Amino acid sequence: MGSQVRIHPMLGGMVTTESEVETTSIRDLDVTGSDSSLRRFLHGLPGVDQVGAEQRAAALGTRSIKTSAKAYALDLAISMVDLTTLEGQDTEGKVRSLAAKAMHPDPSDPTCPSTAAVCVYPDMVATVKEALGSSGVKVAAVATAFPSGRAAMDIKIADTQDAVEAGADEIDMVIDRGAFLSGRYLEVFEEIVQIREACGDAHLKVILETGELQTYDNVRRASWLAMLAGGHFIKTSTGKVQPAATLPVTLVMLEAVRDFREATGTMIGVKPAGGIRTAKDAIKFLVTVNEVAGPDWLDPDWFRFGASTLLNDLLMQRMKMKTGRYSGPDYVTVD
Amino acid sequence: MAATTQKFEYAPAPESRSIVDIKPSYGLFVNGEFVDGHGKAFKTINPASEEVLAEIAEADDHDVDLAVKAARRAHRGWSRMPGSERAKYLYRIARIIAERSRELAVLESIDNGKPIKESRDIDVPIVSAHFFYYAGWADKLRYAGFGETSLGVAAQVIPWNFPLLMLAWKIAPALACGNTVVLKPAETTPLTALLFAEICQQADLPPGVVNIVTGAGGTGQALVGHEDVDKVAFTGSTEVGKAIARTVAGTDKRVTLELGGKAANIVFDDAPLDQAVEGIVNGIFFNQGHVCCAGSRLLVQESVAEDVLHRLKRRMATLRVGDPLDKNTDVGAINSAEQLLRIRELSDIGEAEGAERWSAPCELPSHGYWFPPTLFTDVTQAHRIAREEIFGPVLSVLTFRTPAEAVAKANNTPYGLSAGVWTDKGSLILKMANQLRAGVVWANTFNKFDPASPFGGYKESGYGREGGKHGLEAYLR
Repeated sequence: MGSQVRIHPMLGGMVTTESEVETTSIRDLDVTGSDSSLRRFLHGLPGVDQVGAEQRAAALGTRSIKTSAKAYALDLAISMVDLTTLEGQDTEGKVRSLAAKAMHPDPSDPTCPSTAAVCVYPDMVATVKEALGSSGVKVAAVATAFPSGRAAMDIKIADTQDAVEAGADEIDMVIDRGAFLSGRYLEVFEEIVQIREACGDAHLKVILETGELQTYDNVRRASWLAMLAGGHFIKTSTGKVQPAATLPVTLVMLEAVRDFREATGTMIGVKPAGGIRTAKDAIKFLVTVNEVAGPDWLDPDWFRFGASTLLNDLLMQRMKMKTGRYSGPDYVTVD
Repeated sequence: MAATTQKFEYAPAPESRSIVDIKPSYGLFVNGEFVDGHGKAFKTINPASEEVLAEIAEADDHDVDLAVKAARRAHRGWSRMPGSERAKYLYRIARIIAERSRELAVLESIDNGKPIKESRDIDVPIVSAHFFYYAGWADKLRYAGFGETSLGVAAQVIPWNFPLLMLAWKIAPALACGNTVVLKPAETTPLTALLFAEICQQADLPPGVVNIVTGAGGTGQALVGHEDVDKVAFTGSTEVGKAIARTVAGTDKRVTLELGGKAANIVFDDAPLDQAVEGIVNGIFFNQGHVCCAGSRLLVQESVAEDVLHRLKRRMATLRVGDPLDKNTDVGAINSAEQLLRIRELSDIGEAEGAERWSAPCELPSHGYWFPPTLFTDVTQAHRIAREEIFGPVLSVLTFRTPAEAVAKANNTPYGLSAGVWTDKGSLILKMANQLRAGVVWANTFNKFDPASPFGGYKESGYGREGGKHGLEAYLR
């Protein structure tokens, strides 16, 4: 049994700033004490109307971000990228060049920010760690039998410990979607708690694989589950399942972290990953962060993009802002 | 990190004004041509800046008479034309509107004050869709079941809140059914109707089928009171609607009226709350609340009232109020000084009667007519702000305990145009929809419009239906 979280039973973004609420007599409920209390809590969260959520995301997508706002957004987006390679064909050479790119995305411009992290499989962590040195760019490793999560618990823990010992600053774990979809919420909860313990000082990102959860109600429930279990970040996808990081899914997750902070005071990060390829798309996500969760989340500590090709488009747009001209793909490095 | 020390301030993103060519003065559109009016010309202004946009001719009784005569002459040919031929003109108009949509959207925002994102993404696309929709009916009238014979000349008077959209709601079905029209746009928003007149010329519409006379109340009276008019269609205030009903009483003119509203937006405790908050915002702050079907009374179940209110205020604080032509503006300018005065008066009364007023923290421009998105709590059914149509960005929040109480409060109004129900329970939606006395009931959404969907009211919200197959009935016999 992992840690238990006590929480106001009717929270879902309950007002904690207004004094009347704090004095209401509804007693605290131990929501993670048993499978049934956890289920009651997660199913008691306000539902998500699919049409409404998608409409809101689409409306935020029509914001027009120009000139100074665009320049700011591009730099911010670059600084939030978890530059990722998760391929069977990854080699030490490949991840080393990716690390170089992460530290100096635009070698011709020292004002260009570095990315937030490089994200690799655990066996590449030591190589990346060495390449990044003291640059400040973090090493993130996917673990827990990524991407399917189909392995015994001791193997998942060993996978995590292995990455942490090799020097990973951040662990991106996957939840057991099978357990979640069959309603074994406490099992998923305890798994996250155990991986969090195995992480030690490393930060834990919990991948929900929203493309397999399918409904926004599930996305909201899984978000709360991961937050209650102690994840530092909730992350949409592995990038191996379509659809990956859509704007409405990210919107629902941003609502969840916003509500969680209001209910508990704890701030959780969000990482959409997979499918965000253009600067234009990235800016839509930043607008959504800004207007849904709030500007506090506009920081690489609280919002990340899991991406690979996105970075080059951000760089090309950045050059365009600086020079007034579009340069071709040969003016950014291919790594 | 340098980036994180700044804030994400959206730089101005104005839509270009240069796409639209506003003339210094406009005449009346009669018999396919622009002619001088003989009344006292008036000015139309940009409510966001108080800048004078153009001088508009006023039609006097004689001008109105000429327009009705032109429409009468044109009716002979237009009504006998095969429906499939009339459809060609309507399709052509629909296509030209779509092609010139940017121009129309910019002009609408300049003259009306509504944000460009609404005129661009909602008003103008629905206008075009409305003409497409009724073009499709023109040769299929016999299957609608309302007869196949046109009424004759329709006198149509429209409001300033959706100038072009209300024009489309009036003109498209009338023309499809073989009627000819004389339309009077509102005096504060005549420009898109006059651009529409140019579009009629561009589409080679036979002269006299559409006539547009500009002016204020006097022109409207002359038009609806004209003895050679067969049909009167009005959208606007209940007060003027009643006057029109008195004017035409005892004549054989057919009348449809689409009047005011004080819609209840009902949020149950099992509602998808984040989307409900979006729906509440869209219900009352869409088009600055200048919407007859606006969800101006929020009825929220007591058990979630505090939570909903908290979410609502947080959301309202992110609304961007300002330059209507900025693509990031959510709430634009109040349409006129007169309307602003009315909104202020009723809001002050709300406060004086003891309701708690809260406005979104936003900076309002120094010129033009502005009112911040505002809500009132501690409102009861007895408050004037819960009974009278404010027609501005002002929401009254009331609570209820049971579905029966929600129905009773929602229906406790002289109006009955629209209502909204928010719940995850499908059966409750259907039960509520049956009990609410409102022409439109939206479920888990609000302010959704489609040409195929009929629209209209109960009680003092008027009679007759516009849109959909039902919309044909008002123009056929």
